Amino acid sequence: MSSKDVILGRVRAALRDAPAPGEVPREYRRTFPGADLDLLVDRLVDYRASVRRVAEDTVAPTAAEIAGGTIVVPQGLPPAWRPADVLVDDGLAPDRIAAAAAVLTAAAVAVAETGTIVLDASPDQGRRIITLLPDVHIVVLRPGQVVASVPEALARLDPARPLTWISGPSATSDIELNRVEGVHGPRHLHVLLLDG
Amino acid sequence: MRIALFATCLADTLFPEAAKATVRLLERLGHEVVFPLEQTCCGQMHVNTGYQRDALPLVKRYVSAFSRYDVIVAPSGSCVGSIRHQHAMVAAGQGERGLAARAHDLGSRTYELSELLIDVLRVEDVGAYYPHRVTYHPTCHSLRMIRVGDKPLRLLRRVRGLELVELPAAEQCCGFGGTFAIKNAATSAAMLADKMTAIASTGAEVCTAGDASCLMHIGGGLRRASSGVRTVHLAEILASEA
Amino acid sequence: MTTFLGMPATAPRGVGHLRGDTTFPRAARQALGNEQLRRNLRHATSTIRGKSSRVIAELPDWQELRTAGSAIKADVMSRLPELLEQLEARVTERGGVVHWAADANEANQIVTGLVRATGSDRVIKVKSMATQEIGLNEALEAAGIQPVETDLAELIVQLGNDRPSHILVPAIHRNRTEIRDIFLAAMPGVDPSLTDDPPVLAAAARKYLRETFLSTRVAVSGANFGIAETGTLAVVESEGNGRMCLTLPDTLITVMGIEKVVPTWRDLEVFLQLLPRASTGERMNPYTTMWTGVTPGDGPREFHLVLLDNGRSAVLADEVGRQALHCIRCSACLNVCPVYERTGGHAYGSVYPGPIGAVLSPQLTGVEDNASLPYASSLCGACFDACPVKIDIPSILVHLRNRVPHPPAERAAMRAAAYTMDRPRLYAHAQRAAKLARIAGRRGRGLPPPLSSWTVSRDLPAPPDQTFRDWWASR
Repeated sequence: MSSKDVILGRVRAALRDAPAPGEVPREYRRTFPGADLDLLVDRLVDYRASVRRVAEDTVAPTAAEIAGGTIVVPQGLPPAWRPADVLVDDGLAPDRIAAAAAVLTAAAVAVAETGTIVLDASPDQGRRIITLLPDVHIVVLRPGQVVASVPEALARLDPARPLTWISGPSATSDIELNRVEGVHGPRHLHVLLLDG
Repeated sequence: MRIALFATCLADTLFPEAAKATVRLLERLGHEVVFPLEQTCCGQMHVNTGYQRDALPLVKRYVSAFSRYDVIVAPSGSCVGSIRHQHAMVAAGQGERGLAARAHDLGSRTYELSELLIDVLRVEDVGAYYPHRVTYHPTCHSLRMIRVGDKPLRLLRRVRGLELVELPAAEQCCGFGGTFAIKNAATSAAMLADKMTAIASTGAEVCTAGDASCLMHIGGGLRRASSGVRTVHLAEILASEA
Repeated sequence: MTTFLGMPATAPRGVGHLRGDTTFPRAARQALGNEQLRRNLRHATSTIRGKSSRVIAELPDWQELRTAGSAIKADVMSRLPELLEQLEARVTERGGVVHWAADANEANQIVTGLVRATGSDRVIKVKSMATQEIGLNEALEAAGIQPVETDLAELIVQLGNDRPSHILVPAIHRNRTEIRDIFLAAMPGVDPSLTDDPPVLAAAARKYLRETFLSTRVAVSGANFGIAETGTLAVVESEGNGRMCLTLPDTLITVMGIEKVVPTWRDLEVFLQLLPRASTGERMNPYTTMWTGVTPGDGPREFHLVLLDNGRSAVLADEVGRQALHCIRCSACLNVCPVYERTGGHAYGSVYPGPIGAVLSPQLTGVEDNASLPYASSLCGACFDACPVKIDIPSILVHLRNRVPHPPAERAAMRAAAYTMDRPRLYAHAQRAAKLARIAGRRGRGLPPPLSSWTVSRDLPAPPDQTFRDWWASR
């Protein structure tokens, strides 16, 4: 008998007299008014991300100014966003990624209520490793990608893709419950929110 | 209204003033109070210490003593909590389904004093006079088990002469917890010490609550520390007159 | 396999960290004497309570979310076999390998074997309650494999040869000065001029672990959620060490308790709102990683999921106690518990401290092995109100107290009390006789044990001249 059979046998025995499953009441908010971009900005800033509202044609110079050095970009990043000094990820070794000044990506979804940005590893966001090792992460967000709430974000996402939910820079509260930004992930998160 | 009093074993034996005050107060408000003599104890100590089997006769006793009354009052949030939330469980746990149903029904007719006054008798100003600086400790079972909310405070605010001062961290347990105070005496004492510090910081002369048990614990600590602060049951304050 | 096949079984003795070596009251008394510990705990728990209540107040539907979370978990428990098999099928379809571990020993064997097969003698670890529960680090070390804890607090605990004392903030019992001293003593290559400024301490951990992250080929994690419908696993964290472990190595091994399965993708909409607010008091934790099997070209090439029973089936067999398995490890109950705030987590003996530990540990081990834990509560009920999935911890405590072996003297006293209280005339007689202070002397200082523990810090009330009953009769 396999351990699987043992465990499932035990669980079935444990549930012999258990009540049948009931309907899950979902009376929490499931419909929301449109996403409030100002709220998103407020929440991002509250978690120490920097936010700039920019026109699409100023993404490249703005990113270059923030990074002040080499920027890693995924292969599918829109060409118009690419600054001059970039390192395109075509399977870069980890140490080259880690040595870059910053990484610039798009995003999949953002949640206004929680100040969260979700990456789904699409071509304009790239492999998870590129947004993990550089110290600065610059994310370009289109207003249409912003939803009000967590339920709406999940509805837009494909669970088959590797997902990274990011709310502000890396942080810890392990020392006396004081929030400290920057442990292992990027210590600086910059959000470029596109106009219109 | 005819109201049956469940005095609780603790008030009956050690703190009769709380039960007497309940009688005086309700009679002053024009109600008839009856005291069924076959009552003893709700069995909470047995249930909470792990002796549900021994509690069953006490549940039966409560049900047989009070079933014939429409409204029952007890000057204790904790005992009311046990009656309302544990009696049916104790009965059902031992296969006494009929008893469980009666206990459940009776629990819904058993009120803590502030609940009775505000929800049933619809009175906030009970005509009391108590010229003292008082702080109120909302006992855990009143607060979180039967959820009396601000009812005791609403009653206290209408007492003439009474200066009500807010207790810091009021919702924190005083550390009594029945046999917890004995089984985990050191932890209980640490919790009590913090509660006493909070009480002292209010400058109150009197600390009141709706439970004689927690007051016994707090009062015992305050006396040991010779703090000068007295503990007085809510019923006694509400029953006081000029 | 040492157990009867098919019968719910408790966690085996001699492995893992579910049992303390002393009783709760004894361990608590020791902890209460540590002033520094109490100051650290008070500061930490009150800070987190404040943060949490502020962000919870922002959600108008918090109670509805709790109700849904509770119902989803109840549904999970009632359909656990079906959901686990569905999870296994989805993970396998996506290139993962699923293993079933009946207990801690089997889980440790599986993980150790998997690490050995990679040829690596080191693993990086994301903070995980399940792997602490089974004592995985000790098992790996015994096999010559070095486990490196990467969560800052776990690192503090590991470097300090210490034990975690909180589910979420394992080094909550340490303040900044103590942490600096631990780093100076035990962190290889640490700057000797290290200060106790928290950002400086965090930067030291970053520097120390960076090379380890980049050079270690195997990671071990736990899981906050496993979605049966999609085969997706989720890990919720703050520092980025989780992302490092879940992304950089070639092989990822995830150990997940069987109760962590969640039916559908959509159910995350409930738990991702409940968990961060109840746990760290954030609207959302900094990082959450979700992955489904293996993604070619992105992240680990090999993924193993180890499904762990280790006593969970025994918890599930108890109709009152089984709701303890609903726990999402947020630790809100610890932060509001007046007992935890004063004793800290070590007093509970198990890796699961606080109110949830007091109901979970004795059920996982069998109540006789943790008999003092169900009494480690004043039943104040603050934990029930704080629980984001509405686990009725006080009721489970009361239920478990009914199942633990009772001391014979206490049993006799309780019987006698019940006997007397069931006989009103005997009761009235006993009341008049019970002039406790007269037996005990003034202030009640002469009482015998265990009642003497009352009078260590409290006076007894002066007995009244007349009981209420007598007063009523005399009216």
